[in-house]
Amino acid sequence: MNIDSIKNGFVLDHIKPEKGMEIYCLLGLDGVDGMVALIRNAASRRMGRKDIIKVDAENLNIDLSVLGYIDPEMTVNVIKDGELVKKYHPELPEQITDVVKCKNPRCITSTEQELKHIFKLTDRETRTYRCVYCESKAKNQ
Amino acid sequence: MRHLIGIEDLSVAEIEALVATAEDIIDNPAKYAEVCHGKKLASLFYEPSTRTRLSFEAAMIELGGSVIGFSEAQSSSAAKGESVADTAKVISCFADIMVMRHFKEGAPMVASLNATVPVINAGDGGHNHPTQTLTDLLTIKREKGRFDNLTVGLCGDLKFGRTVHSLIAALSRYTGIKFVLISPTELMIPDYIKHDIIEKNGIDYVETTDLEAVMPELDILYMTRVQRERFFNEQDYIRLKDSYILSQSKLNLAKSDCIVMHPLPRVNEITVEVDSDPRACYFKQVLYGKYIRMALIKMLLEAAK
Repeated sequence: MNIDSIKNGFVLDHIKPEKGMEIYCLLGLDGVDGMVALIRNAASRRMGRKDIIKVDAENLNIDLSVLGYIDPEMTVNVIKDGELVKKYHPELPEQITDVVKCKNPRCITSTEQELKHIFKLTDRETRTYRCVYCESKAKNQ
Repeated sequence: MRHLIGIEDLSVAEIEALVATAEDIIDNPAKYAEVCHGKKLASLFYEPSTRTRLSFEAAMIELGGSVIGFSEAQSSSAAKGESVADTAKVISCFADIMVMRHFKEGAPMVASLNATVPVINAGDGGHNHPTQTLTDLLTIKREKGRFDNLTVGLCGDLKFGRTVHSLIAALSRYTGIKFVLISPTELMIPDYIKHDIIEKNGIDYVETTDLEAVMPELDILYMTRVQRERFFNEQDYIRLKDSYILSQSKLNLAKSDCIVMHPLPRVNEITVEVDSDPRACYFKQVLYGKYIRMALIKMLLEAAK
């Protein structure tokens, strides 16, 4: 499988298998005006299998902070004019919005549909996120 | 804009200032009789309440202000499907400060994000009830004279009991506190309270199901009601509602200066014979509640100037 090298954009490498599509949706990559490749189950020496996402587009305005919540062990490679300018593992974001839904049936978000589901990082060690409204723990971590 | 959504919105110094103001109001009520003259409190109660609603309304009236509002969701625009956010924007046009009780957790926070006047959380589901905590703190100050070096027994529904959660958060900021958590296994304190508040602050605690065994070590016994409205399943409520009943014979095991508190309403978890014991403080607690709410309304209105 051949995919052209990237001129401007980013490569998300070492994504846990099965997480690629979730990240594709969360980042809203279907709306990108440019080349986007999602490679599932690629061979990896370190991981056995991995997912990879490559995005090549001018003037990208995508918030990548959510990646740390989904998979802090992935590698983010930022590319400008064909050169790798930054490579890092994403950190846990302080807050995530509309990434997970609050499952507490008593929470105000269960009845007021227009409210954003916002979770704040309350314990970095245990990677615990809590709903800003009812303080319930985010479930699907 | 200052709001009071959870007790953690107030620093220790602010809580102590509120308690000091409340004590001054108790001693000099005439000095405060006109401080809210011309101001309106909107009392937005989506869930039934006697004590808290009337306590806020009495507090505002005794400060020289007036009160508008509703006492059940059916008589508000919520019955027509209005969102909490919209209600908060609308009420901001009429009132100088609003108090909200709501059956959904987080509703007062949503109101605070949309209001242009201070919002006070008067209880949101099983989540927070900060003014009950302020009431409890004033009671402890008046009856025990201090907030530190106390062994505090919390008994009954520790899972859904929001007053318990807020009180733990408030007292965890003082030194020498020990919590004795007394509940049936099904109603034990939630993990997030235990880990994020009690353990994080290095507070000593024990969990037990045996009230009588721990009675002699308590400085304060805080009783709670098993609340029917917090259960989805009626059978669970019936099975657990009579788990702990404080009788005179059990209270006889306590220290002579132990105080018994209860956020009320009581159903049968404290027998009526206990009411005449000088250690029973729960009716005094109601009165203290009005004074601390006066202090809070005054503080938030001054901060909003």
